[in-house]
Amino acid sequence: MKQQFQGYLRADGRKGIRNTIVVAYLVECAHFVASKIVAGFDDNDVQLIGFPGCFPNEYAARMMERLCTHPNVGGVLFVSLGCESFDKVRASKAVSDSNRPVETLVIQRSGGTAKTVATGKGWVRSALTKVAQVERAPMGVDELIIGTICGGSDGTSGISGNPAAGKAFDLLIGEGAACIFEETGELISCEDIMVERAATPELGKELRAAVEKAERYYATLGYGSFAAGNAAGGLSTIEEKSLGAYVKSGDSQIMGLIKPGDVPPKGGLYLMDVVPDGEVRFGFPNISDNAEIVEMIASGAHMTLFVTGRGSVVGSAISPVIKICANPDTYRALEDDMDVNAGAIIEGLRSIEEVGQEIHDLVISVAKGAQTKSEILGHREFILTYKTFEPIGPSCLPTV
Amino acid sequence: MTGPFILLHPNDNVLVARKLAPEGTNVELASGTITLTQAIPLAHKIACRDIAEGERILKYGMPIGITTHAIAAGAHVHVHNIRSAYTPTYALQDANGQSAEVSS
Repeated sequence: MKQQFQGYLRADGRKGIRNTIVVAYLVECAHFVASKIVAGFDDNDVQLIGFPGCFPNEYAARMMERLCTHPNVGGVLFVSLGCESFDKVRASKAVSDSNRPVETLVIQRSGGTAKTVATGKGWVRSALTKVAQVERAPMGVDELIIGTICGGSDGTSGISGNPAAGKAFDLLIGEGAACIFEETGELISCEDIMVERAATPELGKELRAAVEKAERYYATLGYGSFAAGNAAGGLSTIEEKSLGAYVKSGDSQIMGLIKPGDVPPKGGLYLMDVVPDGEVRFGFPNISDNAEIVEMIASGAHMTLFVTGRGSVVGSAISPVIKICANPDTYRALEDDMDVNAGAIIEGLRSIEEVGQEIHDLVISVAKGAQTKSEILGHREFILTYKTFEPIGPSCLPTV
Repeated sequence: MTGPFILLHPNDNVLVARKLAPEGTNVELASGTITLTQAIPLAHKIACRDIAEGERILKYGMPIGITTHAIAAGAHVHVHNIRSAYTPTYALQDANGQSAEVSS
């Protein structure tokens, strides 16, 4: 039976499962003012995002446009200091072209901190009424885009939480959803088995090239995508972590390779290549888990499945995060932060299939409006930093 | 395999702890019963047979690293005795509370 729920219909035809106003600072110098504007509003209605840098970056500009026109977003207030390099005219045009309410406040021209905060709050209040009138429309699982990441991984992640997330992916893809897995730096050693799952041989070559690029990139940096806590949790090497992370992708055929901001053109499984192109610049590809979550959202993810072993507590602005705890001890310690106890698999109390079904059912109820633990707690983390990407090649996407 | 350890794939040369295995726990291996000389935390690995220096460690039936020392059956397998075939592992301290170590 095809599950249906009420989505928020946007002018481009896409549908959202949330209807949030985002307040976006365009340089760190405007961060404080933007956060003061958001303060006091409901966490669900108004959320803070932003880009800290003063230097221009095409990736950041494109990401900001994608995020501000995400189907979960109803309206946007940009907060600029005034002298930063971010192209606020282009960003504002992208939002107004999408038929969303948008305003840009320039602190240097708005009378400084206090007056900009007051003006901003006033705009948000009036925008909330407009945004509340957005048309609702029936939405099916086949219109959902779901991302998955793992963070704070340990030796349990690859045995319980990640295989269960993979089962959920298989179920969702079977119902027509688009699902995205990522972090090519954590697929090192999985190239051979992954390439066999590519829809075409040409795509297989692209998948292999993406992982080889990640390997070179991390070799230059001197560290793998591996934190000290991974080792304390029983993971000894990047390839051990990778094999555990890879099973999040489930068993479906891989339909395409996308980069941050590319929206899957139809249902199926996609790999997101998150490692920058070209020479190593700007540091580590994603400096923390929320940078990966933000990239999923920029590619249209309505929600993210986050598998954790050590115990991450984060959520995200714009799209809800479902936290799947792989480690039974961590689940008991951090139960208030965890949506799913996949640790029960390790204790022999539940099967991977049962927990996969539970995750699938939770995705449907969150799409219907149920709040995740991190949403209830008010977590709305966000981070966007500098990167460089080339467009994806012609073999990367399926024909629609 | 019995007790708190699980063999994830028949080709593996390591077992994974399904829960904390205290020091002194007896573990039945193909070569006979061994007694843990240290506690093995949840999701950490022990060797299920003697493994020579330079041998590949298999988990999920897949290679996860290369031994830097010979490892006796039943011993803890971690950053102090295996290394990545790709990039070095950064660890603040291992499960025994030993000092920071980068296996390279």
